[in-house]
Amino acid sequence: MRGLMTVFRKELADDFTSWRFLILFALVFLAGAFTLYVDGQNIGREVTGTTQFIFLKLYTTSDQTLPGILQFLNLVAVFFVPIVGIALGFDAINEERNNGTMSRLLSQPIYRDAVINGKFLAGVVTIAIMITSIVLLVAGVGLRMLGVPPSSEEVIRLIIFLVVTIFYGAFWLGLAILFSIFFRRVATSALASIAVWIFLFFFMPMLAGLIANTVVPLDRAATAEEYFSNLGVQSTVLQLSPIRLYQEAISVILVPGYRTLGQMIQLMGAGSVSLLPNPLSLGQSLLMVWPHLVSIVALTAVCFAVSYVKFMREEIRA
Amino acid sequence: MSGQSVIETVDLTKTYDGTTVVDRLNLHIEEGQTFGFLGPNGAGKTTTILMLLGLTEPTSGVARIGGYNSTREPIKVKQISGYIPEKIGFYEDLTATQNLAYTARLNDLSEELVAKRIGESLGEVGLSEVAGQKVGEFSRGMVQRLAIADILIKMPKVAFMDEPTLGIDPEGVNQMLDLIGRIAKEQKMTIVMSSHQLYQVQRICSHVGIIVKGRMLVEGSLDQLMGEAFGGGRFKVEVQLAEITSGIVDRIKRIDGVVSVERSGDSLVVGCSEDLRPQIAKAIVDGNGLMIQMQIQSYALEDIYMKYFHEAEV
Repeated sequence: MRGLMTVFRKELADDFTSWRFLILFALVFLAGAFTLYVDGQNIGREVTGTTQFIFLKLYTTSDQTLPGILQFLNLVAVFFVPIVGIALGFDAINEERNNGTMSRLLSQPIYRDAVINGKFLAGVVTIAIMITSIVLLVAGVGLRMLGVPPSSEEVIRLIIFLVVTIFYGAFWLGLAILFSIFFRRVATSALASIAVWIFLFFFMPMLAGLIANTVVPLDRAATAEEYFSNLGVQSTVLQLSPIRLYQEAISVILVPGYRTLGQMIQLMGAGSVSLLPNPLSLGQSLLMVWPHLVSIVALTAVCFAVSYVKFMREEIRA
Repeated sequence: MSGQSVIETVDLTKTYDGTTVVDRLNLHIEEGQTFGFLGPNGAGKTTTILMLLGLTEPTSGVARIGGYNSTREPIKVKQISGYIPEKIGFYEDLTATQNLAYTARLNDLSEELVAKRIGESLGEVGLSEVAGQKVGEFSRGMVQRLAIADILIKMPKVAFMDEPTLGIDPEGVNQMLDLIGRIAKEQKMTIVMSSHQLYQVQRICSHVGIIVKGRMLVEGSLDQLMGEAFGGGRFKVEVQLAEITSGIVDRIKRIDGVVSVERSGDSLVVGCSEDLRPQIAKAIVDGNGLMIQMQIQSYALEDIYMKYFHEAEV
């Protein structure tokens, strides 16, 4: 533990006083404001005819005129969390190396892992504070807007959502730190992280379609069975992407109406939720996305573990 | 004597991808010495320092500081040693005080001690007035002095300085050398300074070691080395004569303190342990010689360095 708290405190202070943090926070704040705007426009329509889980609708309401990517959940999954994670970690190690502070730091009487643990922990705490504040912001203004307090299950679901999001952010942070250890130049490591991000959210769906069509070719005479197995392959490939894992996980957690992640939903579109009016209990929702949650935590752990080992073994050269 | 070695290496070897950078190096530095670690670029000076500090693992051999094994007890070693890397850097967005405070906290100093030590060490290096300024605004020379302050925070037994005068102007170099010399004296700190700037080493170091291609060519106190290298003659008197006769040569050789007399062209080169110009002049006059001119030179570290260096090359 020696030195860990010192490194952690210093890194946290750095994160919070940097311009980078202010810019990110402004972005995240705008995302919250945008969500509230969409809520204000649409929530009245969404909550008619149901009295269950109204509070959670604050986070899942979408504007039909806007593309789906601009939903709050998609914004969080695809843009904000990855950007915040990458921005906080891409120069964690190589910047110190380039500035000559690393060898001075490591010549102090601290365990070497205190440096990487402290940096990672500070990043995770920063992400946690950002995500929590945006969720609370939406909750607070939403409460005034709705006048309906959240039920205890809704609160628990929101807390689970927060925890999963923090892990998801930690994954991106870990990935960025990993690149900052492998690449000497800050620009290279930033670019590498961004390349992974773009690949996962932009090319992965294309790749999934391509692979599915190769494995199960669809023609005009395709049977429903073939159609389903094609979609099955597609979603299997997509689930290799943490973005997809996270999207599915939080959808199920925040929309108790989701009963399945199978092909039915994909076939019928998001509107199909209302076709299945009986919400799942919390336990059942969790059971459904348990593999997703485990995968996200595992990916985060792998990223961090590789960084850790690489950093610990790295030799300081003349 | 060797029992008091505060820094010690035994057959220390480091190989990077098949290239031996440090080759069975044996080093003994005693407490309170100011040790100049000399050698051309890439001789293995920095690697040796890194191994001593436990930042790099030796391929074989042992490095010890204050009796602690650098590889097995790196924390203990780092507690008693300070290090100024060649490419020293500070957090540019933090002030000098904040940077030093970070070092102090990493060393587990109590909060009262943190403030006290920061004030003292900034005062020592003459940076008190810019304590609240961001390090990003500092000149190279100021950063180097801050590096010294950074070491003083820790009050280590041993300090390693890797090319501490690199890249600063002559004025700054002088200040820096004075500072290092003063600290060595006041704090009774053992200082290992690596450099290839010979005159700088000569100015403040009592002992030197010359390392070439990973091997220690020679190690010892400056006086001792001068003696060994030039057979006891620290001074070289060059006398140009109209005619050199064996009588004159004999007379000069008989002077107390003259170590060697050599002929080169119409000149005599006399090696001696002290400034013997008057005696030599008298000897020439007594021998009826006609002296054209006489020059005295004191051997510098450079001569020693070049001598050993060339021997190593051959």
